[in-house]
This record gives sequence, C-alpha cells and structure tokens, in this order.
Amino acid sequence: MHLTPAELDALRLSLSVAARSVLFSLPFAVLIGWLLTRGRFAGRWLLDAIVHLPLVLPPVAVGYVLLLLFGNNGPIGGWLRNHLGIQLAFSTAGAALATAVMAFPLMVRSIRLALENVDPGLEAAARTLGARPIDRFLTITLPLMWPGIIAGAVTAFAAGLGEFGAVITFASNIPGITRTIPLALYTAIQSPGGDDQALRLAVMSFVLGLLGLLLAEVLARRARHLVGR
Amino acid sequence: MLKVKLAKRRDGFALDAQFNAPTPGVVALFGRSGCGKTTAINIISGLLDADSAYVELDGDVLTDTSERISIPPEQRRIGYVFQDGRLFPHMSVLRNLQYGLKRTRASGVAITLDQIVALLGLDHLLQRKPYQLSGGERQRTALGRALLSQPALLLLDEPLAALDVARREEVLPYLERLRDNLSIPMVYVSHQFDEVLQLATHVVLMDAGQVVAQGPLSEVSLVPQLRAIVGPDSVGAVVDGVVTSVDASCGMAAVRVGSGSLNVNVTAVSTGDRVRVQLLARDIILAVEEPRGLSVRNQLRGTVTTIVDDEHDARLITVDVGGATVLSRITRGAVEALGLRNGSAVWVLVKAVSTRGHVFRVGAPRLSRGASSGS
Repeated sequence: MHLTPAELDALRLSLSVAARSVLFSLPFAVLIGWLLTRGRFAGRWLLDAIVHLPLVLPPVAVGYVLLLLFGNNGPIGGWLRNHLGIQLAFSTAGAALATAVMAFPLMVRSIRLALENVDPGLEAAARTLGARPIDRFLTITLPLMWPGIIAGAVTAFAAGLGEFGAVITFASNIPGITRTIPLALYTAIQSPGGDDQALRLAVMSFVLGLLGLLLAEVLARRARHLVGR
Repeated sequence: MLKVKLAKRRDGFALDAQFNAPTPGVVALFGRSGCGKTTAINIISGLLDADSAYVELDGDVLTDTSERISIPPEQRRIGYVFQDGRLFPHMSVLRNLQYGLKRTRASGVAITLDQIVALLGLDHLLQRKPYQLSGGERQRTALGRALLSQPALLLLDEPLAALDVARREEVLPYLERLRDNLSIPMVYVSHQFDEVLQLATHVVLMDAGQVVAQGPLSEVSLVPQLRAIVGPDSVGAVVDGVVTSVDASCGMAAVRVGSGSLNVNVTAVSTGDRVRVQLLARDIILAVEEPRGLSVRNQLRGTVTTIVDDEHDARLITVDVGGATVLSRITRGAVEALGLRNGSAVWVLVKAVSTRGHVFRVGAPRLSRGASSGS
C-alpha cells in the first residue's frame, strides 16, 4: 500500500497525539484512581462524577468546554500563554489534551480495578517489615497494579488514536498539526474524489486497532507473569 | 517483659484483655476461634487501633492511649507472621527475605540471611516465586522474612492453621528450632492445644474476649476453664521435668519431676533435655494402698488437694505428688468406694505407654552452653 505524505502525516500525528495523551495523563490517572479507591474525603462522589463525565457527554461539548477553559482567552489558556508561552488551542499539544480528557475515564477505571485487586494485607505485611507509606506504594502497591495500569494505558492509547469530536472542536483540523487519522478520514470523505484516500485511511485505522489490541494482550500477559500469577 | 492491656468493642464483641509475659520466651495466646486472639496481636503490632490500649516491650512503651502514644507499625520492630503468609507475589523468595532486612531499624544485624536460610532450609527455594511454593515452604519463607527484619518481638497468627497435617509436622520442628536458637520473644496465637504443648513457655488462656488464666503451662493446664476449650478428653496436667536417663532399646526415658521420677515412653530425647509431659486426666489411676503386681510403670505418692464435679457424674481429682500436680478423672462411684477426700494419701498410677506422644522437648540442657564455654 502506497501512502501519500498527507496520510503519513496523519498516521504520525495520530500516534504522537495518542502517546502524548497517555504519558501526560497516566500519573494523574494513578493519583485519581488511588484517591477514588482508598481516599476517605467528603467530595469523593463529585470527583468520581467529574472524572466519568467525558464518557457521557457529547465529545463536541467536551471540546467546547476545553476551548472555554484552555483557549487563548480562557482563564487557564490565557495564563499559560502569558506566563509560559504555551498555546494549546489549535496545536498538537491541544489535540493531545483533548484526547487525554476523553480517554481519562477508561484509564482511571482500569487502574481502580487494579488497585481494588491489591490485597491490603500485603501492604500491612510490608508495614510490619518497616516500610513507610511511599516506600510501600512504590515497592508493593504499584508493582501489583502494573497489569491494570498497562491495560489502562494501552486501551487509552488505542482509543486516543480515534478521538474525533473533542479534537476537532478544541484543536481544529489543521493539516500537519492536528489532522489525525480520523480527521483526515472525515476530510477525505467530504472532498470530491477522496474515496481512495478514505479507504486507505480506514484500512490504516483497522490495522492500528488490531495491533493495539494485540499489544495489550502481550503486555498484560507479561505483567501478570511479573506479579506472579 | 511484655506488658499488654487492651480493650476494644465492636458490634457484639468486646475484647478486654490484660497479660504479662516474660521475654524472651514463647507466649501462647490460646483459645477458641473468634475469642479475640488475632484482634489482640493486631493491636500489639499497631496495625489495629484499640479503644484503649497499653503495650510495653522490655521497658519501651509502644502504645499508650491514655498518653496518646502510638508508634506506627513500621517503627515498632515487631515481626508478624500471618496465617496466610502474605508473601509478596511479585518477588522471589530471596527478595521477600531481603525486604525486611533492608528496612530494619535495629542497630545491628543479629540474624543474618545465611543463618535464616540454613535454619529454615530455604537454600533451594531462593530463586522461586511464591506461587511455586508449597504451603509449608511459604510459611517458612514468611517466618524467615519476619525474622530478618531483626524484630524485638515476633507475632505469629496461627501460622500452621492453613496447612494440612503433613505440612504442619514439617513446619513445627522449624518453629522449635527458632525458639531454641534465637532469643526473640514470640507471641504465638493458636487454637490447637498440641502446638501450645510443643512450643509455649507461657500460656494466656482466652475465652470470649477475656483472659481467663495465664502463667506457665504447668499451672494453666490445671485451670477448669480449659476443659470447655480443649474438650474433656484432652484435660490433663502438664508437668515439667528433666530427662535423667534414656533407655533407647525399649524407647523409655526417666524424667525427674518435682521430687519424684516418671518413666515415659518417648524417643528422640537425650539425658539432660528439659521436657514437658502431659498426663491426661482420664489415663491416671488412683489407689489408696500401695499396689503390687501391676504392669503399670509409674507409682507416685501424693495427697489429694481438691475434688470437683466433672461431667457425667465423674470427679476431677487434683493430687499433689511432691513438687508437681496431676489431675485424675474418676467416677463418683470410685471416689465413694475409696473414701477419697481432701488430704487423702494416694498412689498415682501412670502407664508409661499412655505418655507416648505426650512428651515434648522444650529445650536443650540448661547447662550445656555454660559447660562448653567453660571448657
């Protein structure tokens, strides 16, 4: 299959956006997952609801909220631009942010499940052996959560490759900057004579999706072996 | 000395226990399942909060709710062997063993990895993952892991309960070795009386959240409340003694008990060993005059001190045999026929074969260490 430079750009962008979204959100997902599972605080249900909102909102609405907050004139976006010189709207980083927000609930879910499966008795045992809280988390809890974290990351990555609504709303459809595979596919379908290109992009999505699922399986198996099951 | 005073209430259950135990030594917390033993050691370890608690180990206060003192478990230097082992599944046996060793708060390492590997026979297991171990191997690893953290006190929560009989017999000798070779105080939770007989130097008898008796096993074995816990057929005085001679050809040993001597049927003891012998009350025969021409190998002179009602019209007779006390269960009819009352002089008859399986080695000869270092 011969790919045009535009299609290669879309492929590169999709991979980059998905990878950046996962890397950026993973630490937060572990933190939020931990808070929702082990934390005892008043607003837990509210945090839980906010984290899961992207699952039930139209992606376009999420993109619009991001635009309001992180746009160049938004409260956070304006501050970032004036103080750090970072522009999120209409940039690759912005596409990654929109993707991360959309995939966040999937990641948190998987991490929560993993944490619920960690026997608190093992952490108590580590305690009696002299391990302080952060030491316990790094040497016992985190390694035992590994299979769930990896599963969550891979799922979020695969979902991130295909994020459309939030990306196009927040980061727009700019060739070479924010035009990922789904956006390129949409553009091709809309253009006269773009059928061939649309088909190639669709096939690309299929192949990427399959590879992602395969990778998830292999990694999960490795991780399970690592934790001795 | 370990000093413990605990109170904790939770839905329908109240723990209110106080006991002191000499250190080093093995204190058995003995009682039925659900009597509060595990709750008690969880509070001692600091893993569980109590309504009120005072825990002091060799002069260091670890918990004192009235002074708002509660040292976190990770700083207590209290090792804990859990019923289910709780080995870290993602680490090899070696890394499990090293986990506590690396984090020890002791000033020096008195118990080394090599020593533990040898004592517990873990040599060929070091590279394995916990899921590749048998139940007995898992508990041995858990024991080693706890000991290598150089604990000032070791808590054991029914470490053999999850094992079948064969595995129990495999692990018990290791526990005896630890007791005899390392001078680490232990609190051993159990509802199996034979484990207590084999390991304990001091017993705290618990029932429904309360301590009903405590002291050396020879004293606690005479307590009436024990019957309800171990069952009437396991009631019997436990006497401590020293092996004075061994006749290996017929599996007999003579044990000095108080001012008398007892011939017991036992193998694998040597002269000078300290042993304890459980004399089951139902096996003990009483006579009011010196019997002759009997096969019985032990006739001890004694004095009846108490006679109490036992179930099914039987009577439990306590007899002082000169420095030791034994219990005998006989029928009410026998008591009347012999005219037994407090102060009666009696002969206590003990068949040697009835002691088989009821003789426990509790330590090497007391003198051996001093003798070898002096030569």
